[in-house]
Amino acid sequence: MTLIGTARPDRTAVRPAAPVRDAAPATTRASRVRRALPARLRHHPLTRPGALLALAVVVVVLAWALVPGAFTSHDPITGVPADALAPPGAAHWFGTDHLGRDLFARTVHGTALSVRAALVAVAVAAAAGSAVGAVAGFVGGRVDDVLMRGADVLLAIPNLLLSLAVVTVLGFGTLEVALAVGIASVATFARLMRGEVLRVRRATYVEAAHLAGAGRASVVVRHVLPNSAGPVLALTTVELGGVVLAVSALSFLGYGATPPTPEWGSLVAEGRNYLATAWWYSTLPGAVIAVVVLAAGRLGRAVGRPGRTAR
Amino acid sequence: MTRYVLHRVVGAAAVLLAAFTAAFAVLYLLPSDPVSIMLDQSSTGGYVDPAQVDALRARYGLDQGPLQQYLGALGRTLRGDLGTSVASGAPVAGLIAAALPETARLAALALGLAVVGGGALATAATWTRSARLRGFLLALPPLGVAVPTFWVGLVLLQVLSFRYPLFPAVGNRGVASLVLPAVTLAIPLGATVAQVLAHGMGAAWRAPYVETALAKGATRTRVQLHHVTRNAVLPALTLLGVLVGNVLAGSVVVETVFSRQGFGRLVQSAVTTQDIPVVLGLVVVAAAVFVVVNLLVDLAYPLLDPRLTRGRAAA
Repeated sequence: MTLIGTARPDRTAVRPAAPVRDAAPATTRASRVRRALPARLRHHPLTRPGALLALAVVVVVLAWALVPGAFTSHDPITGVPADALAPPGAAHWFGTDHLGRDLFARTVHGTALSVRAALVAVAVAAAAGSAVGAVAGFVGGRVDDVLMRGADVLLAIPNLLLSLAVVTVLGFGTLEVALAVGIASVATFARLMRGEVLRVRRATYVEAAHLAGAGRASVVVRHVLPNSAGPVLALTTVELGGVVLAVSALSFLGYGATPPTPEWGSLVAEGRNYLATAWWYSTLPGAVIAVVVLAAGRLGRAVGRPGRTAR
Repeated sequence: MTRYVLHRVVGAAAVLLAAFTAAFAVLYLLPSDPVSIMLDQSSTGGYVDPAQVDALRARYGLDQGPLQQYLGALGRTLRGDLGTSVASGAPVAGLIAAALPETARLAALALGLAVVGGGALATAATWTRSARLRGFLLALPPLGVAVPTFWVGLVLLQVLSFRYPLFPAVGNRGVASLVLPAVTLAIPLGATVAQVLAHGMGAAWRAPYVETALAKGATRTRVQLHHVTRNAVLPALTLLGVLVGNVLAGSVVVETVFSRQGFGRLVQSAVTTQDIPVVLGLVVVAAAVFVVVNLLVDLAYPLLDPRLTRGRAAA
């Protein structure tokens, strides 16, 4: 896994009572709230203020994706021409575009497509990558060599170029973009899964299961896969931010949804022609992407940490 | 030493061959029909003449079996012939050769900015004794990785070209037109450099030799320059290949935002027109650049780190 982030001293190691860490920032409100929690939760990295904020952002965005109508009463597709290019204000939080459509409504309604594309991409990458990595780890030998050299080669082609090549063949559209981004990230998951399988296979309990007469398949399903799932899940969370970025970049380049349908990347692209006259057009939808990616990354690091320090 | 060089060169060639194979497989063997994609582009209305389809198939060698197609394309690529563009009919190698110098200039400036900026940030963050400053500095790289490149570019354009006309908004003319694209491109790269270097420098500051140096009376600045940086920079060199690959990929977005000509713009237009031979050529060239940079780093490594060659001689 990544090396970054191990520099901080491990907080979970001082779990019982933990006077060492609670002594220093004694009186901030956040630390008082955290002390009210049960000990197990109190020291979980998810309860740190930054991670909680990130979690809130992600929850809001998921709500936008599920029930966009609850957050805005404006129509995302048909605008009011008289209101064209109105600056942000009480009536239009993000202002309006050149057709008088409310940009906040378009951002909120575009969330579903963008989030769904990101989830599809990360699911494709995790499923295909884990399958390849698991096979490589189990079978070993020549199969392992071939599959892992293949993964190395995919890593030699920059991700964006690889997904652009796939999009060239698949054609344009949100689903195509999602598949392309997913395929481009398969190698990362394959490598991680292979490493995890190799690690778990050597564990004592797997050896014990073999000795107890369990078949190969049952060892794989009951022991190896569940025990290697944690790090893969953590990587899924970490990758999510990068995938949102990649999907919106492809959509910005014009390979995503077709025009009237709003999508995060294409919203920013539409504002390109109005940079000089309407600063809000590209800036505010783009800021939403940045905040979401940042939050997803922060959450990924919080989820990934306990798995890393447990060993 | 000769064996080491030979080993690396053969390995690099193998990766390149495999990258070509992977790109070819994606572009020509995925369940899609290149000819119908090409015809869609040069669209002659809804009607497609079957004879024309056959002629196109023959012209691009698509009437042969997959293996013959692959071997033919490989042979031509080895001779430097990357095929012809479907959209313009020009040779692909010529298109790429014309686009690369412009992007090379942009990439060099962006890489320079990223290394200097990321290095300075990592140095300051590990050198300082103020926990607050360190926390602030170390919070910047995740931010730099999270902001979309296309958005940063547009915001810079908006402020520094339209609001305050300091830099030209579009085009390839002059050094001034290079500044904003290079800064945009450098932000995610610099963030990566800073993260890796800060990690390495943090580890170096906790090493026993640093404690010894401090105990003998060296100042923090001296320790930073003579011990920490020298030890942390070497492993970070391996990052260079990835960075160069990312510059090329990032140029797709940046050259589109700033309406510049170059490698990335060529990628963007080739994908938009689904010009498969051009896309294949661009991917192969990008992989070749990555492989060559990695090879150079590998070859330079023993020269920069005497421990490697000495360890080998002892073993």
